[in-house]
Amino acid sequence: MLGTLIIFPLLLTVVALVIPWYQGRSWLLPMAGGVHLLGSVWLWLEPPAAHGGWLGMDALSTLVLLVTSLLFFACSWYAVDYLSLRRDRGNRVMVPCLLVFLSAMTLAVTARHLGVMWFAVETTTIASAPLIYYNHNRLSIEATWKYLLICSVGIALAMLGILFIAYSALGGGIPVSLQLDSLLADGPTLVRPWLHAGFVFLLVGFGTKMGLAPLHTWKPDAYGEAPGMVGALLAGGLTSVAFLAILRGAQIMAAAGDLELARRPLLALGILSLVLAAICMVRQPDIKRILAYSSVEHMGILALGVGIGGLATFGALLHLINNALTKGCLFLSVGNIQRAYASKHLTEVRGAASTLPLSGGIFLAGFLAITGSPPFGPFLSEFTILRGIFGADQVGVGVTFLLFLAVIFIAMGKTVLGATLGESIEPEKQFRDRLLLVAPPLVMLLIVLILGLYIPPSLRELLQDAVLLLEKQP
Amino acid sequence: MYGLSNLCLLLVILVNFFALGSARLVACIRAVALQGAMLALLPVVSHGFSGHALMLSVSALILKGVFIPWLLLRAIREVRIRREVEPLIGYVPTLILGALLTAGAFIFADSLPLVDEHRGGLFIPTALATLFAGFLLLMTRRKAITQVLGYLMLENGIFIFAVLLSEALPLMVEGGVLLDLLVGVFVMGIVMHQINREFSTLNTERLSALKE
Repeated sequence: MLGTLIIFPLLLTVVALVIPWYQGRSWLLPMAGGVHLLGSVWLWLEPPAAHGGWLGMDALSTLVLLVTSLLFFACSWYAVDYLSLRRDRGNRVMVPCLLVFLSAMTLAVTARHLGVMWFAVETTTIASAPLIYYNHNRLSIEATWKYLLICSVGIALAMLGILFIAYSALGGGIPVSLQLDSLLADGPTLVRPWLHAGFVFLLVGFGTKMGLAPLHTWKPDAYGEAPGMVGALLAGGLTSVAFLAILRGAQIMAAAGDLELARRPLLALGILSLVLAAICMVRQPDIKRILAYSSVEHMGILALGVGIGGLATFGALLHLINNALTKGCLFLSVGNIQRAYASKHLTEVRGAASTLPLSGGIFLAGFLAITGSPPFGPFLSEFTILRGIFGADQVGVGVTFLLFLAVIFIAMGKTVLGATLGESIEPEKQFRDRLLLVAPPLVMLLIVLILGLYIPPSLRELLQDAVLLLEKQP
Repeated sequence: MYGLSNLCLLLVILVNFFALGSARLVACIRAVALQGAMLALLPVVSHGFSGHALMLSVSALILKGVFIPWLLLRAIREVRIRREVEPLIGYVPTLILGALLTAGAFIFADSLPLVDEHRGGLFIPTALATLFAGFLLLMTRRKAITQVLGYLMLENGIFIFAVLLSEALPLMVEGGVLLDLLVGVFVMGIVMHQINREFSTLNTERLSALKE
């Protein structure tokens, strides 16, 4: 089953490269997304037995797999209508790259070998570069070049971190292996200085990919210039995968009995991301770049939650789901607004809610959700993290957290409300909401709303298992 | 055997300096190709003629020593540039910085808690020095192609470290790593081509429209 999930999108890639039929190629995406989602749910309900191989599932990977799969499924339906509007740019590159991207993300999530995981994450970088360059103009070249170079260098540093971890096993006099289960079992014998250095490099490397400040510099450019759908997949899916890679490093540190040491840099980077994102969001006139900074902020919240531990870790994992789905909803609806106005700048986008009642409305509701307004899911997860912070007696961290959430709410509100409400500028292009361009973000918004009101017991159990995995000390 | 691998590693360090000090792009690419070829010898020289080491050496030689440099040479032939002009930091200061970093790498490697058999060897200091040199190239040059060369040198430094641990990385994974490097450079080559077409230059300082 696991292998099928990885190979099936690749098979469809071959089909996409061969068939000459434009609409047919677009429809391959929902097909891949549907099969992938079914498979992921199947793997959740009937987890395969652990056998110490290169691939395997545990609670953490099940969680991230479900989230990325759901997000891809929603984006794939959106893609059908989006690509039919973009016949001028074509889908000959877009569809195969999206399918390879899906396959690589799945491999990265299910890998039980650090080397395989690294390979898969680097493949996602390469597969997503042509997606960012989709619009073929000067700005998108610049964004693609920055993304490729910064992320490749970051990932190279992560490789160094993985090698350091291998060296720590060598120094411990045990057979060197990068298989996760054997590393976890041998945790106490790993040589500390190498392990710590390895974790730091992993954090810096995959943190670049995830977009934690101060390693986030590629993010606003890439998210700003990529099509909305690609932004959704990067901000919701890829960042979650990179976060999982960092969590694997934290798991190894925990197995060696150094979880506290792993938490400190996570906490520091988390707070820094929150602060820098807030500063950049004030007076940000670009409705897509502001979403990118919001993504930096939420990556910071994830790192901060895991950095505190306990209840906050539970909150962070819940927030991973909420963030991915809300970001998906926001990027898809902002893509529609950008199409209608042919601009993403506040000076030219006004009154989107009256021009595009559905997309504008979803964007506005998505903004309320992502900034943590009740009754949406992010409110619940951020509140859980806050309870965890105060429960751990970190009052200073808690106050900073609240303060910057408030700053971000005001800053983001100014831009988003300016774009959606008020006097409408009638756009020149005739673009109206279409079913497939509105339904996917709406469905994601509904899921986020439901998660804010009710968490199913099976999901709660999965989250608790994942927290236990992260906190397992020798 | 030990002498041979040390010779390779010393050559690698010399190539670092050459790449840092040279203004001619073709020479720089050739130097990085030579470095790749030297590194490709390492697995066989240090681990003997096992199947694993041989496969790794051959694939590294083909990719790092021949194919990737060929791609880059083709790329600069198309865009007709020969020299890196006006680096952010001049050549002499870059060389001095490179020398300081190399010395630092040797001193630092001495204080690391290494396994006994690696103590006093050239592997770790060379890996660090190459890594630093790659970073330096990446940060101080303006042409997109020199930045790619810096990235390649950075990868070379990591490769040296990986040779020490080749039993930890199964052949398939190492093959995957090399494949990623190849496809990555290939995609970078395509983007460079587009940069040149849009901006009629490969200077990345022109890529500055996206700023706060």
